[in-house]
Amino acid sequence: MVLVDAVVQGVLLGGLYALFAAGLSLVFGVMRLVNIAHGDFIVLGAYIALMVVSLTGLHPFLSLVLVVPLMGLIGYALQRLVLERTMGADVLPPLLVTFGCAVIIQNALLALFSTDAQRLSAGPIETASLPVGSISLGVLPLITFGVAVALIAGLEVVFFRSRAGRAFRATSDDAETAEAMGVDTRHVFALAMALSFAVIAVAAVLLAARSNFDPFAGPARLLYGFEAVIIGGLGNLWGTLAGGIVLGVAQTLGAQVSPSFQILAGHLVFFLILALRPRGLFPRMD
Amino acid sequence: MSAATRATIGLILIAAILASLPLWTGAANLRLVGEILSYMALAVLWNLLAGYAGLVSVGQQAFLGLGGYTLFICTIWLGMPPLAAVPLAAVAACLAGVIFAPLLFRLEGAYFAVGTWVAAETVALIFAAIPSLGAGAGMSLPAAAVKGIASSRSMREWLIYWIMLGLALAILGGTFALIRSKAGLALMALRDNPTAAGSVGVDIWWTRFWTYIGVAAATGAVGSVIFLQKLRISPDAGFSLNDWTAIVIFIVVIGGIGRIEGAIVGTLLYFLLREMLIDYGTIYLIVLGLVGILVMIFSRGGVWGLVERHLGWSLLPTRRLRD
Repeated sequence: MVLVDAVVQGVLLGGLYALFAAGLSLVFGVMRLVNIAHGDFIVLGAYIALMVVSLTGLHPFLSLVLVVPLMGLIGYALQRLVLERTMGADVLPPLLVTFGCAVIIQNALLALFSTDAQRLSAGPIETASLPVGSISLGVLPLITFGVAVALIAGLEVVFFRSRAGRAFRATSDDAETAEAMGVDTRHVFALAMALSFAVIAVAAVLLAARSNFDPFAGPARLLYGFEAVIIGGLGNLWGTLAGGIVLGVAQTLGAQVSPSFQILAGHLVFFLILALRPRGLFPRMD
Repeated sequence: MSAATRATIGLILIAAILASLPLWTGAANLRLVGEILSYMALAVLWNLLAGYAGLVSVGQQAFLGLGGYTLFICTIWLGMPPLAAVPLAAVAACLAGVIFAPLLFRLEGAYFAVGTWVAAETVALIFAAIPSLGAGAGMSLPAAAVKGIASSRSMREWLIYWIMLGLALAILGGTFALIRSKAGLALMALRDNPTAAGSVGVDIWWTRFWTYIGVAAATGAVGSVIFLQKLRISPDAGFSLNDWTAIVIFIVVIGGIGRIEGAIVGTLLYFLLREMLIDYGTIYLIVLGLVGILVMIFSRGGVWGLVERHLGWSLLPTRRLRD
């Protein structure tokens, strides 16, 4: 029963990891860019939500009304003002620039908020749970998982059914030709970044309501999101959800062995998948 | 006298001055110069990896910490003299590189960078989980082993400084010789255009593999000497991303990526900046990050790239010109 419970909790945890991964995967899909500061932007989003909540008194979930557009704007501006100048065949400049962003965000948050662990108080929902058989499911993890599924479904619709999505796919396939056909690729890239940051905002609030965070909590979120992307298979958002679930289950099962084995178990499963199925569990059919 | 000969003579002269340093300066200065040398070595190595082989690693702390731990394990468990453990640290780091390379090389471009980070975290977590290595708290070099390095404290500091100097010069000279060799030609082709390099017969996978494990070995050796000087190691210190990779990346980027001189100039600039901003705490890392970003956007060749372009200088000539 302990094992079943661990697996179920791991699956729900996987929803959160899929949220970390979705924004990362989206940006990589559209412009082959890996945002090393992805996790740090999640933490930045959590601090912004914290400020919004303390200034307006809104419930953390309602604060998303402000946090999502705010993060979207930051993403758009980051792409137009900074990252756009680093795009090209060479992967080095965007990597190093986002790496610089990570260091700046961590230390700026440290200077502003100190290393004290923070948390968003979501009220009674934090500890509420539903008994199912002999195990109990936390309401917050359930909501997180539901949001992850809904968000990925929404992103799929945007990507494959909308005008913006068509521009995303066209730019991803061949930016030069898309440009020749009248697509403003720089705007498209910035839109993709803004969308990624909107997802970051949602992940940030759900993370902050669930666990403590501090200025240096970002890198681990980047690594979990990245592992979910690679385990699931590049370019497949549903695969990313599956990757998040595999990672979450690996971690909760690892924690059963020993608390210090939790994160390590996730990393080891990541390397195992990389060794056995280098293209991930569900690579996109090309 | 050819440019290469002049460079060699210049290097020997500087090496002689640096080697005589313990005779005319105090322990604090010696430690600072030792630290500068260790960062210069790490910067030259990271530059070889990212600037030439196109392998942007943010996980070099894996090899550095592994080197440090190997030294402690060899001296404490096997009773080896610490100095004899330095080559073994290189071997251990190299083996880790051999294990990780085939896995990480499966990751596309930028994802490789994040993969190296996961690898480093994995190694750090493994060491933090071993109780006999002090788990998360780490361990110290026992007094007997410390005395075994040299009888007096100052003699020990001198010896460790000389080893770091020798190692740094070997890494610098070795990298210079490598870039000027035939394999270096492949590396430079890889730096300038991987696709074209592949089409003219450069075996990209193996070139990258040898570079990756070679750099891993040298990083492990540097790590063992760094922690020999510190006399104490823990997972947080040994596998620190900030100390052993982030700072090194900024050094190379600011100095000029893809140039050996860039790593040297970057190291000197970094220590200048650090001494100036040391009182401001976190601000100095923010400044470092900002400068790094500005360099990447506006002057990709870094400081040395500017010098080269405007003054035409080249301290360690690696370009091949027809006479």
